[in-house]
Formats: sequence, C-alpha cells, structure tokens
Amino acid sequence: MIRDEDILEIDEPELSAAERLYIPQILDGMKTTLRHMTKTLLGKPMTVQYPEEQRQIRVENYRGVHRLNRDQNGHVACVACYMCSTACPAHCIHIEAGESPWPDREKYPVKFDIDELRCIYCGMCEEACPVDAIELTYQYDLVGRTREEMILDKEELLAIYDATKDTKRRKNPRITGYPQTGDRPPPSPDAHDGGPRE
Amino acid sequence: MPDFLTSQLAISLLLALLIIGLMQGVVAYCIYFERKISAWIQDRCGPNRVGPWGLFQPIADGLKFVFKEDVIPRHVDKMLFVAAPGIIFIVASIGFVAIPWGGQWKIGERLVNIQVANPDIGLLYILGVTSMSVYGVILGAWASNNKYSFYGGIRAAAQMLSYEIPMGVCILVVVLTMGTLRLEEITLQQTEHWNSVIPKWNLFLHPLAFLILFATALAEANRAPFDLAEAEQELVGGYHTEYSALKFGMFFLAEYSHMITSSAFISVLFLGGWHLPWLPWTQPEATGLFAVVCKITVLWLKIVFFIFLMMWIRWTVPRFRFDQLMRVAWKGLVPMSLALFVLATGLLYTERHRSPLWALGGNAAILIGTMLWLAVARPRITGRQAAMPVIDDAPISGPKPNLELGMTA
Repeated sequence: MIRDEDILEIDEPELSAAERLYIPQILDGMKTTLRHMTKTLLGKPMTVQYPEEQRQIRVENYRGVHRLNRDQNGHVACVACYMCSTACPAHCIHIEAGESPWPDREKYPVKFDIDELRCIYCGMCEEACPVDAIELTYQYDLVGRTREEMILDKEELLAIYDATKDTKRRKNPRITGYPQTGDRPPPSPDAHDGGPRE
Repeated sequence: MPDFLTSQLAISLLLALLIIGLMQGVVAYCIYFERKISAWIQDRCGPNRVGPWGLFQPIADGLKFVFKEDVIPRHVDKMLFVAAPGIIFIVASIGFVAIPWGGQWKIGERLVNIQVANPDIGLLYILGVTSMSVYGVILGAWASNNKYSFYGGIRAAAQMLSYEIPMGVCILVVVLTMGTLRLEEITLQQTEHWNSVIPKWNLFLHPLAFLILFATALAEANRAPFDLAEAEQELVGGYHTEYSALKFGMFFLAEYSHMITSSAFISVLFLGGWHLPWLPWTQPEATGLFAVVCKITVLWLKIVFFIFLMMWIRWTVPRFRFDQLMRVAWKGLVPMSLALFVLATGLLYTERHRSPLWALGGNAAILIGTMLWLAVARPRITGRQAAMPVIDDAPISGPKPNLELGMTA
C-alpha cells in the first residue's frame, strides 16, 4: 500500500522554445547518428563475425564449460566430497563415490556427471571445491544434438582439462597444500587474489 | 519504325510496365538499405551473409514471404482481410502515374512526355491516391478483428486526418505560386533561373512549406517518428499483426512504395523534379535520349536522397507520443501552414509571388513568430495533474518521502 505522503510528484522538465520546435533537437540527434554511420563505414563495426572470428575473452575469469583437473600423477584430482553438488543451485552435478585405489585420499569419484543444460554457469562448484578439482573454463561453444550428449561424464570432463590446461593453468590449491601440476608462481603478498578486501 | 511505337500511348504503356516492374526491385533494395543504414547507425554490419555484402538478402526475404504459410485466422472478416493488402498495394503503386520522370523526348518529329499520364489535376491525383493508403491500413486493422490491430488502424486514421490538413495547405502554397496543378508544368516553371544562377526552385521560395510538407509526408507514409500505427511495443505490431506471408509483404512493400512516391512528389514540387541547374542536359530544351536519361537519373538521385533522409530520421528520432503527435499537428503544423497560406495569397494578390525576397522574408517571419510563441506560451497542465496539490519548489530538499513500501516513517 503506497501512502499519499510517500508519493513524490515531479513535474516534467520544462523544454526551451528551441526544444519545443523539435527541429534543432532532431538535427542534433541526426548529427550523432551521422557520426556513428561514418565511423562504422570508415572504420570497423562493433560486430564480431562469430563463426569466422571469435571474441576476445578473459581466460582466467570466463565461466564456460567445466573441467575436472588431474593431479600430478594424472589421476582425477577430485576426492568425491560432494561439496560441489551440494553447492550447486541447479542440481546439475551427480557424483558417485568409491574407495580410492590411490594412497593419497580415501574416496574418488567413480562417476562424475555434469548436465551442462541444467548448469547456470554460476561458478559455485568451483568456489566450493576444497581441492580445486572442478573449474570452469573459457570454452563457451558447447553444442550437442541430443540432451544426453550434453551430460558430460568424468572422461569428457578430464578431456576438457587436457585440452585447456596449457591456456588456463590450474589454480594453486592453498587449502590442501597438495603439490599440483601446473602451479602458478606464488602470489605477491600485496596482490589481492580474489580474497575479501578490508 | 511503325508509327504506333513512337506515340505517346506506346511510351506511356512501356513506362507503366517498366515502373511497376522496377518498383518492386527498388522497394526490395530500399528494405535492404534500411537495414544497412540502421546497422551502420548502431555500429553494426547489417545483412552481409547472402551474396556479396548481403546484396541478395532482399531476394531471400522475398522468397521467405512467398513460401511462408499464409495464415488467415478464423476470427477475421475474410473478404476485407484479403482485400486490405491488395488495396494498400495498388494504391501505393498507382501514384507514380502522374510523376514527370524525364521531361520530353524527341523521337523523329514527335515529342513525347516521359510520363505515364499528364492529367490536368496531376497534383490532386497524387494527393488523393496517396491519402487512400490509409484505407488499406484501416480495413486491415478492422478486418483483423483484434483490439490491438484496431487501435493501430484508429491511430492511423486520426493521424492521417490531422496531417492531411497541413500537407494540403502546403501544397496549396505551391499551387498558388505556380498557378497550375500539372506536375510537368510545375517542373517546367522551376527550370528558370534568377540572375541565370540560382534555379527558381520552390525550395528557395518557401523553405518552411517544404519542411512542413516533408514532415507530413513522413506521417502520411507512416514512417518514424510518426509510425504510431505500427508501434510494436504497445500494439504487438499494429495493424498488420494478424497478417503473414505475402500479405504482410504487401503491407511492407506498400510502405516503401509510398516513401518513393512521396519523395518523388516532394522533389517535383519543391526541388524542380528532373531539373538540375547549370547542367545543359537537364534543361527543358534538351530532348535527346541522353538528356532524358540524365533527367531520370537526376530525379532518382533526389528521390534516393529523400529516402535516405527518411531512413536516417527513422533511426534517430524516437516515436512521438500520441498527444505529442496531435499537438504537433494541430497546434504547430496547422497554424504554421495556414500562416504560410495567408502569406502566399497575400504575395499573389500583390503579384510578388515569384519574389524570393518577399517569400523568404515571410517564411522567416512565420518561423520566428512560431519560436516567439513557443517561448512565451507554456504548455498548460491539464487533467489529473491539474487536480494535484502544488508541491513547494525544491521538493528534494524537503522531508524525503519514505520510498520503502509498507514502512511507517
């Protein structure tokens, strides 16, 4: 319920005589559009001719298709803790855990499926992962002919890691302290590394 | 050569066929350039996929219109629904008949007019035919049996009514100055020169009338900023919402043919038609084949200029609100054009109607008078707003209203 005293009546801004004649204002606008027209004709339009050329994107920041990282032994880095699937607001991550065949952890994912059609690419899984095993990549041109094709399993997600590990290096997992492949140089002490600012 | 082939009738028939045939192509490429120009203005490329620079895009669009399903909804008035696009299309394509395209052509001993018909009332004919296009809009809107389409039609009717008046009066100014309704004669009178330098184009006599006529031509052709009849945001497309396939295409083609007719009409009335000063081939004395080609080219260049101007304006100026539209017509253009009319009659009475100084001075006086009136007269607050209690000036500095709903201050 809006009360009368909460209503603020604002008068229309008064137009000058020239503005109410419309013509000077129209000419002014036409000058602007002419500038854009000549600029586009002489220079380059803003359009990116998509299939032929691709937009420049920030590899580090872009939230595209997921990948599952590998550790230094080439195994999947995931420890099947279910943090990502719990954090996922779209419920698109399905993990089945099994006993780890490797000595460095207790569990590993037997199955790891992500439904890329349900995913909203929010990056919460990446935030939640304690071992930085799941990450979003810069790939955005994911296509498929069926819905089933768009559900990526563990092998496909690992393959995406293999394809993108050279261009987007794996994060330094500070929490676990695991030595990892593709470590970045340690961040300088005064650089903000995505942490909260004071 | 057989006698018939060089007669006026044969040339008229040929010209009619040529124009009707060519016009479809020209209109199709008008749409192409409309899209290109809108793209350039918005820093985009526009259609560039079909053929080099997208030049075959109109063909693809046309084929799309032909092959789409032609839906006739169950709730429409079928006869009128089918007739409306036909009416608007026919009306838009017969306006060209009276346009003098290229003066006279001397074949052998004969002089033929490069004009399909040269009726005594050529000007009235074009005026009548172009204003009939609103019937197509209203019939289409009515037959659609759809409230939003109907609103579009009603708006078109009200708009047409309001803008016919200044248009007609501005044309009367030209008629008073020229003393004839024949378009060829109007062109011929403008081919003379003052001091053999400046052409006696009506533009240099009554620039204000030209401006008003151009604005009303935009309104007549339902072009932005006067395209309220097809306001997509409010009317789900407007009068042609229920139309699909070729019928929709005909509405589309009609709009652009209308633009071409209006442009040709304005060029003939105010810019001397096929005449260009100083160029010997575009003078009325030149009647060779090359001269005819030159004249046709000159008229088409003028038309292209106007069409470009219309597109440029469309992609610059936002659409008028309906009350603004009416205010512009009844409080702006009608008084101004009536003042021009009084000026033209006065000049005619004192036989100064060909004097540029008097005509230009009168135009300037009317423009300055309008500006003064605009500066003095403030728009009155009416209706619901007038009943509101007056708020002290500087409302921002006073106690701020609580903008959160449901909260007590």
